[in-house]
Amino acid sequence: MTAEAAIGRSLLSVEYQTVSYVTGPLVFVENVHDVSYNEMVAIVTPDGSERSGQVLEVSGDTAVIQVFEGTQGIDVDTTRIRFLEEVAKVDVSPDLLGRILAGTGKPIDGGAPIIPEKRLDVTGSPINPYSREQPADFIETGISAIDGLNTLVRGQKLPIFSGSGLPANELAAQIIRQARVKSGEEFAIVFGAMGITNREAAYFMQQFETTGALERVVFFMNLADDPTVERLLTPKVALTVAEYLAFEKDMQVLVVLSDMTNYCEALREVSTAREEVPGRRGYPGYMYTDLSTIYERAGRIKGRKGSVTQLPILTMPDDDITHPIPDLTGYITEGQIVLSRQLHRRGVYPPIDVLPCLSRLMNLGIGEGKTREDHRAVANQLYAAYAQGRDLRRLVAIVGEEALSDTDRRYLHFADDFESQIIGQGEAGRSIEDTLRVSWELMSELPISELKRVRDFIDKYHPNAGANAATQA
Amino acid sequence: MILGTLSKITGPVVVADGMIGIKMYDVVRVGSAGLMGEVIRLEGTHATIQVYEDTSGLKVGEPVESTEGPLMLELGPGLLSSIYDGIQRPLPVIAAQTGSDFIARGTTVPALDHERLWEFTPTVEVGQELVGGDVVGTVPEGPTVLHKVMVPPGVHGRVTNIVAPGSYNVQTVVAVLDGTTEVRMTQWWPVRQGRPYARKLDPTTPFLTGMRILDTFFPIALGGNAIIPGGFGTGKTVTQQSLAKWADVDIIVYVGCGERGNEMTEVLKEFPELEDPRTGSRLMDRTVLVANTSNMPVAAREASIYTGVTLAEFYRDMGYNVAMMADSTSRWGEALREVSGRLEEMPGEEGYPAYLATRLAAFYERSGRCASLGSEERVGSVTMVGAVSPPGGDMSEPMTQNSLRVTGAFWALDTPLAQRRHFPAISWTKSYTLFLGQVRPWFEEEVAHDWADVRERAMFLLQKETELQEIVQLVGPDALPETEKIILEVARMLREDFLQQFAFDPVDAYCPPKKAYWLLRSILAFYDAATQAMSRGVSLRQIMQLPMREEIATLKTTDHDRAIARMQEMVAQISDEIAGIEVM
Repeated sequence: MTAEAAIGRSLLSVEYQTVSYVTGPLVFVENVHDVSYNEMVAIVTPDGSERSGQVLEVSGDTAVIQVFEGTQGIDVDTTRIRFLEEVAKVDVSPDLLGRILAGTGKPIDGGAPIIPEKRLDVTGSPINPYSREQPADFIETGISAIDGLNTLVRGQKLPIFSGSGLPANELAAQIIRQARVKSGEEFAIVFGAMGITNREAAYFMQQFETTGALERVVFFMNLADDPTVERLLTPKVALTVAEYLAFEKDMQVLVVLSDMTNYCEALREVSTAREEVPGRRGYPGYMYTDLSTIYERAGRIKGRKGSVTQLPILTMPDDDITHPIPDLTGYITEGQIVLSRQLHRRGVYPPIDVLPCLSRLMNLGIGEGKTREDHRAVANQLYAAYAQGRDLRRLVAIVGEEALSDTDRRYLHFADDFESQIIGQGEAGRSIEDTLRVSWELMSELPISELKRVRDFIDKYHPNAGANAATQA
Repeated sequence: MILGTLSKITGPVVVADGMIGIKMYDVVRVGSAGLMGEVIRLEGTHATIQVYEDTSGLKVGEPVESTEGPLMLELGPGLLSSIYDGIQRPLPVIAAQTGSDFIARGTTVPALDHERLWEFTPTVEVGQELVGGDVVGTVPEGPTVLHKVMVPPGVHGRVTNIVAPGSYNVQTVVAVLDGTTEVRMTQWWPVRQGRPYARKLDPTTPFLTGMRILDTFFPIALGGNAIIPGGFGTGKTVTQQSLAKWADVDIIVYVGCGERGNEMTEVLKEFPELEDPRTGSRLMDRTVLVANTSNMPVAAREASIYTGVTLAEFYRDMGYNVAMMADSTSRWGEALREVSGRLEEMPGEEGYPAYLATRLAAFYERSGRCASLGSEERVGSVTMVGAVSPPGGDMSEPMTQNSLRVTGAFWALDTPLAQRRHFPAISWTKSYTLFLGQVRPWFEEEVAHDWADVRERAMFLLQKETELQEIVQLVGPDALPETEKIILEVARMLREDFLQQFAFDPVDAYCPPKKAYWLLRSILAFYDAATQAMSRGVSLRQIMQLPMREEIATLKTTDHDRAIARMQEMVAQISDEIAGIEVM
């Protein structure tokens, strides 16, 4: 989609000067022939500048075009439209690593132009479910709340549900910094920024630079003041590059998409401009399908070495997890990591509220030979005990701590320690062995008879297994 | 031939002009790529078409050709162990034919392998009068299922020719009726039309799932239907998959409708490896998978559940008990909504079309226990279990509510339960079943004569616990008298040692109804003995320290027969043991 390529092709194509109607990000063109659905177009504005757009609808001889760079300055009389006779494509090459590109795939870092090895259709095709390989490899993120309780697996899509003002970006940067797989391979990172602020972009850049990660990052940048509609293309372009690196260049690719909420807003904006029947909260009825074509582009393929793992970040409007954006996302992704404002206020970092968190593929990546035999049991026990402790907190608020039995009091303290020690690990990474060790230490605060879910492993891993056995006898 | 031209393209919905003579729901080939589509609206000679494949690149003016028939399935031997997309294209064949790991557009592949030879044994003789539904011969389809080659509905006549026993491919004419009507091993059937049957029968046998909470508290019957609604992460898919693995039926049809690719892969990888607990062969040998992941085209998703139920009905007609799992029906509803939106129809509640309820009712009514057509009556059933994914876990939304009106059981998944890792996270306070009266005689006959009483008492304790918990939330547990504290403790045993079940534990994954019954019996016996002891002044603490309580907790993962024997022993001893406790 480079400007050169567009002009080269344009020698043969017809230009139309038949714009009839402009609304929001949409332009209606009349008397067009031979136009195909989803085709890319170049729009030449009265001042001679060129913008890109895509055909959203063709009806008889009228085409509806969404303009990626905004419709400001487009007029009805002199604006010219040129159809490029191809669907949206992006140039890919291994040289993309270390580059910064616009949301549409054009380099914006002032570096050399990219010599494409291939031009790929950004929409992509669904992976044949039969050709998929089941994800199976543990990714160590160095974060206990994830590794220990909601393990990330290669080929998974695990979003971070954040709220405004919560440190989702810090967490994402930390994961990028620490993530490694058992085989020791490093990840190539494809970063799709959609509508993030300059400050946030600068934060990520600085993180990548200081940790030396930049050379293995492809950075797609659509900032908050860039045209909204361009955001609709950004994740697709980013994932096309990710798929290319993973499935053709055998790389392990971690895709970070931030912020999916901005993407959905753009989707709603275009839908409204098209006067479509709105679904929940004005978002279009096809948002589920649209999001799925993004999130489902993660996974592994039989017979290929690479993988695409996705870590999308989204902001829950008003911390509401039932809002359509987190809701539809949760139905597509394989779990979610949820950040909590309450923990954040208490100074816990990372403020991950593990109760609503989930990793659906966890069981595929843990256990003997992958992490440790007791991993599943430990996670279950921690969850059960923490949930009970949290319930008791509510009770204590009413009846006071004195009313509790001794066991209950221990649960209450367990919940506090769990938050401060396991979740609130701070900036430092922690290996999975350390996570499990700290977990066992915490669990030893509870009476052994309460540790129902780790019963089989008590003798082997309980810090004072011997001593307890003695007192019980 | 009906040939028109494309005049409008908006996403998966296109309009073609000049389609003279086209009928509603006829299948058409769109554009030069030959994309498959279906007519969903007619206005004069304009036909509105939903396209089953991605429409990018289509142009106005491209040809649209009718196949002059509705969407049909090819039914015959070879369906079992197949993996299809929403419109019955076998995914492994697509992968092999296109040589790509991605799904290319415009691919046409036959649903059944036309080359493969099957061992056919005729069961009729020349001169016999046959009607639709009669079996002309049998084919062993895999090691466990005997496929019956039937005369298609509506066809009848005297057999004038029947092939000798031997190997034939599915297209072979195996019988000729009245000298002209050919009967092949395969037949075609339109997906949107239910296959006919002689009459519906009352369902009486329970649909055993091996899940304690379902079999004991909320059983449904073979031929019944149930929905599993739950927010994300509550375990809909795990529940559906464990039903598919363990349900006591002959044939499984599993429809992955608009769900995750990796989950489908799990099914595709796991099922062929799993041993069928009933026959010892591969589970896949009696399973048909329909996989239409969320990023595959939306119109094919809409068709996928009809494909699934038609496959199920076909095996029902052979006299088998079939279970159909649809995961998730909400994705189907959303596909309906999306297409309706593109048609600019007046929206009903939450943007769903006003005909949602009608469509849902028509779908669920295709379940049932039926006597088949034909002169010798076979009895088969289709049991349907549909997952529902309510937005935000809010069960008041149209998909859940409309499904509730037409299904017989509600297995509600509960987010708080899932969050504390209580699995299966099926709520015992919200769920219900309407089949209890119909299956109760079976349980009383086969499991225990007091099955219903035991079930009711356990339910009562759980209900009581919910009420007591509310009080505890207000005043703390110490304010309760000992007799109520013991209820809390026993209800906790019910929750942890009975309701919770480990889908991944080799023993606990499937629990026979007898074992479930004895587990309940032992917990209740413990409760009875405990209340008696407490009335003589024994403290709750003393009772809770009994080793028996710990032992009950280990029984669900103990080998079934051994556990049942042990529990029968325990129930006999429990009162003596507790009676032996001295008052301190």
